[in-house]
Amino acid sequence: MTKRKSLKILAEIGAIILCLIWISPLALVIINCAKSTASIVLDPLALPENWSQMIVNITSVWSDRTVRYASAFKSSVIITFGSLFFIDLCASMAAWAIVRSKSKVAKIVYTIFIASMVIPFQVIMYPLVSWFRTIGTSVTIPLLGFSMLRSYPGMIFAYVGFGMSMSVFMFSGFVKGIPYEIEEAAVMDGCSKFQVYTKIIVPMLKPIIVTVTILNGIWIWNDYMLPFLVLGKGNAIQTLPLAVSNFVGAYTKQWDMILCSAFLAIVPVLIFFLFAQKQIMKGMVEGAVKS
Amino acid sequence: MEKIRKKKSMKSMKRQESITYLLFMAPAVIAFALVEIVPFFQGLYYSFTDWTGLPSNPIHWVGIQNYIDAFTDSRFQYSFLITLIFALANFVLVNVVSFSLAMLVSSKLKGKNIYRAGFFVPNLIGGLVLGYIWQFIFNNVVVSLPFYNGLSLLANPNTALVGLIIVCNWQYAGYIMMIYFTALQGVPKELGESAELDGCNGWQKLWKVTIPNIMSTLTVTLFLTLSNSFKQYDVVLSLTNGGPSRMWQGAAINGTELVSLNIVKTASTDNLMALGQAKAVIFFVFLVVITLIQTSITRRKEIES
Repeated sequence: MTKRKSLKILAEIGAIILCLIWISPLALVIINCAKSTASIVLDPLALPENWSQMIVNITSVWSDRTVRYASAFKSSVIITFGSLFFIDLCASMAAWAIVRSKSKVAKIVYTIFIASMVIPFQVIMYPLVSWFRTIGTSVTIPLLGFSMLRSYPGMIFAYVGFGMSMSVFMFSGFVKGIPYEIEEAAVMDGCSKFQVYTKIIVPMLKPIIVTVTILNGIWIWNDYMLPFLVLGKGNAIQTLPLAVSNFVGAYTKQWDMILCSAFLAIVPVLIFFLFAQKQIMKGMVEGAVKS
Repeated sequence: MEKIRKKKSMKSMKRQESITYLLFMAPAVIAFALVEIVPFFQGLYYSFTDWTGLPSNPIHWVGIQNYIDAFTDSRFQYSFLITLIFALANFVLVNVVSFSLAMLVSSKLKGKNIYRAGFFVPNLIGGLVLGYIWQFIFNNVVVSLPFYNGLSLLANPNTALVGLIIVCNWQYAGYIMMIYFTALQGVPKELGESAELDGCNGWQKLWKVTIPNIMSTLTVTLFLTLSNSFKQYDVVLSLTNGGPSRMWQGAAINGTELVSLNIVKTASTDNLMALGQAKAVIFFVFLVVITLIQTSITRRKEIES
């Protein structure tokens, strides 16, 4: 019995050490955010002498004139939330229509959505940029009043397109589980199809909306290549990953600035994780297992 | 008369209904078609032309010339080779690490919920930011450790690949761990207990009881980890950017330039858009074949067990 107990304590200690090593890179980022470059290079493992240096570093990153970090933060928020809203709206509408309409068109659309998941981004990215440029320069300016490249609408539109297949897939899996009788009864009572969607389907979709939003949100917040291509370099609109990479370009080896910018990009997600840990972990697993 | 009219109105209702459904599908289909489908087919077409990416330049059909160039490009051959090595090693290691972690956090340890969250956290950080952080760790922190003497892992092409695998594991294993963890929760405890009574040791229990019971999850995780291993891009870009260089067939070549990065460098740095596009199509076909083989193998195993 005592042997078992001591073995258990040993396993517990081992697990604690492993976990500490696992998160140590993040701890090192935080520690070194509160140091100057000179002391980082001297001893990256030492605890900072003065934690107030962190505030100094953060303010200088935040108000940096060449990288414009604060505006990148704002753009990231606009792009992420704008894309999430339209992804949830378009995907839930489409998924409901695909499941309920038994037409051939719906089946074909669904199959194409699923099949497209194997296409690697590299095949699409350059034609997409050139195609966005074409509609931006010739037809669209008089038609829509904005350009697709280097703009919020173009960026959000691209995310909605790329987010569609997985989101439609997840929504339709959920809609299949909603009994059709409820909708039939509502139609009998004089509801239009539009009202059925807004009044009956949307409220029932809440749990899956949370999952889809989390999955897409983490992807969009962290994504680098698509904003790099669509928004481009030196644009007034840039996302946080773009800003971090600009920091690395502008402040070579100035680790206090680079780590601080990385830290600021991570913090919102970490805070979000602290509050919604269960939903995030559950949602991401569900998303994977279903697709 | 009455009946016919009723039938007619039924029919028009049906038609109206299907039009409504089509309207509901329209926004999703339009966005998806313009962002994925149109560029995909354009991309296929461009790979057979001398496309430059600039709308002002006329496009000429060149047949399979780009594909010949891609296959004879020694830098691309090297990229493919190194991607295969990287992807297979990463694939195996991520599954071993994440499965071990899942066993750990589904045991009776007191702090298992905290460990689970800790192992999962790196997955929330984007690959690009993460690569920069690890560049700092490899180049500044690890080399300053008292018991470590030698160069940074990133200074040599072989060890840089090891560094890449470490980072990708660190990022992805916690996520796959959660999927294994969820599956392990679903394995009935009685099965393991009765196996122990029958005299099975831990290893036998793992192979004969646990793994057959999570076969459907294994199909998912193997698919995810394999395609993730082949598609790595952001981490490579920020951690090594393809370097350091090494000699290969008598020429200096980027040591850790995976196919995804090679495609981007061909198209943007070397400004050979059509060649890059052909390489991307080759990569696409390769991924489809790999995915089909892998899913057919795991499906067969799933049915067997």
